[in-house]
Amino acid sequence: MRLKSTLENYLFILPAVVIFFIFYVIPFLWVFQLGFYNWDGILPTKTFVGLGNFKDIIFNDPSWWRSIRNAGFITFIALTLQNALAFLLAWACDRQIRLKNFYRLIFFIPPILSELVVGMVWGFIIRDNPQGAGLINRGLVALGLPNLVRGWLSDKSTVLTTVALIHSWKGFGWGFLIFLAGLQTIPRELYEAAKVDGANAWQSFTKITIPLMVPVVVLAAILTVLGTMQAFVLIIGLVGGEFAGHASVPVLRILASMRYSSRFGYACSQGIIFGVILIVVSFMQYRFSKKARQG
Amino acid sequence: MKSPIYYKTKKITLNVLIHLFLISVAVSCLFPLVWMIFASFKTQDTIFKDAALIPKVFHFENYYLAWVKGGFGRYFLNSIFYTVSVVIGIVIISSLAAYAFSRLQFPGKNLLFVMFLVAMMIPIPGSFVALYILLNKLHLRNTPAGYILCMINVGLSTSIFLLKTFFDKMPKELEDAARIDGCTKFGIWWHVALPLSKPVLAVVVIFNALNVWNEYILALIIFDSKGFMPLQVALQTFQGEFVTNYPLLMAGLTITVLPIVLVYLFMQKYIIKGVMQGAVVG
Repeated sequence: MRLKSTLENYLFILPAVVIFFIFYVIPFLWVFQLGFYNWDGILPTKTFVGLGNFKDIIFNDPSWWRSIRNAGFITFIALTLQNALAFLLAWACDRQIRLKNFYRLIFFIPPILSELVVGMVWGFIIRDNPQGAGLINRGLVALGLPNLVRGWLSDKSTVLTTVALIHSWKGFGWGFLIFLAGLQTIPRELYEAAKVDGANAWQSFTKITIPLMVPVVVLAAILTVLGTMQAFVLIIGLVGGEFAGHASVPVLRILASMRYSSRFGYACSQGIIFGVILIVVSFMQYRFSKKARQG
Repeated sequence: MKSPIYYKTKKITLNVLIHLFLISVAVSCLFPLVWMIFASFKTQDTIFKDAALIPKVFHFENYYLAWVKGGFGRYFLNSIFYTVSVVIGIVIISSLAAYAFSRLQFPGKNLLFVMFLVAMMIPIPGSFVALYILLNKLHLRNTPAGYILCMINVGLSTSIFLLKTFFDKMPKELEDAARIDGCTKFGIWWHVALPLSKPVLAVVVIFNALNVWNEYILALIIFDSKGFMPLQVALQTFQGEFVTNYPLLMAGLTITVLPIVLVYLFMQKYIIKGVMQGAVVG
């Protein structure tokens, strides 16, 4: 009777566990196994190469490290510009202000759209005739700044910055909501007490708001890094590809190894190296924030 | 001593500045969508040359052409089918598992739950490589079933976690009453636990639906046949083929975006609350 009951309990988790093992655990283990092989993805034969793929990636693949640098640049813009904008907007919406709910509603529209759609639409807005409307360049001319006109997406010196800015446009709504949630947990009495004690707005911002927001800022920073480093569909929509490496990011490299050079083992090794980098970076951020909080 | 008028003017000026800032950001959020919608009514000749935002003549036939000749009708139905199937699958499978993890006893329970948690946190960039191989071996590549199962797995861990957290806080009395009335475990899950968890289920449904509707990379590597493609992949292939008919593409983009925006406007309460609560808990 008890056995039957336990078996019945297993039935509840059975579908979840079966799907999880087939579509998560097995692929996860395969990635680690295939990382040590050369394989074209079709032939039944795989060649064991040991750490060869990892060595090649680390020492002989400048395009890989360039893609990491590019992703690092986009992430840097997202961490600074995007999160600063998000924080400012959240701070502006945290007061008794009209249309607060309206702003909150609108600011979260970019995050609900797909990266591909955002990339494609902005691409058509930015690119010049006949591939797009060239609105930014037209605007610059109209403002009397024709010397600032450039091929924002076709010039190798500006393409990555454009990608980073559009990425920040798409992502700031997340930071905005997270910061707003954090700001709303700060008791209003603290601000009132500070006011009574003669503190001005700037003092209560630096002495109350900032210290109490540190954990929230750290959470937003970790989410930003994890999300931005792995972003790539936006680039497919916006640029159409890696643009000879000028707009490449790690996941696009992995995709290229798999789809265009049929190097499945190499793609898996790239995935492992990148996964380790991500885990190390978010762990470091976490440790750093813990230290910062303890003073 | 400065006069009260000084302070009042200062306050009003500050408020005006804040609103100007907020409104300009809000306009930038809406502009690409508005531009896209107007562009979808223009013609191939004027779409990019015409600097005016609003077209002089609205070419509604672009939507008919995109839907029928561009194939977006088919892709739209594909996207709907995948989204609905995946969401139904996730709701049933994750709520069953979450209920068991919260209420039932069996050996290995904690270990299994921790595994789902760890899966939620470890990033595996490039997991699509292994999924491609797996689906090939199972002969599920280029099939809707393969895609649906992969996407169920993508949403599973987080949904189980959300639902288990909710079930843990749910009072046990109702379930006890149902048991005394002779309800089976599955009966209690279906008649008591699921109806009570409606607020959380709404969050699970919305976020997973958004996720499937917007998914790109797995659909790209899984489907070869155009007949199976969802909107996101179809949009990209549409652009690569022949001479791109831009107004039709804009209509296709609008067809892709509009359902998401409408769902968001109707369900904004759950979406915004979901994100903000997640932030405070995390």
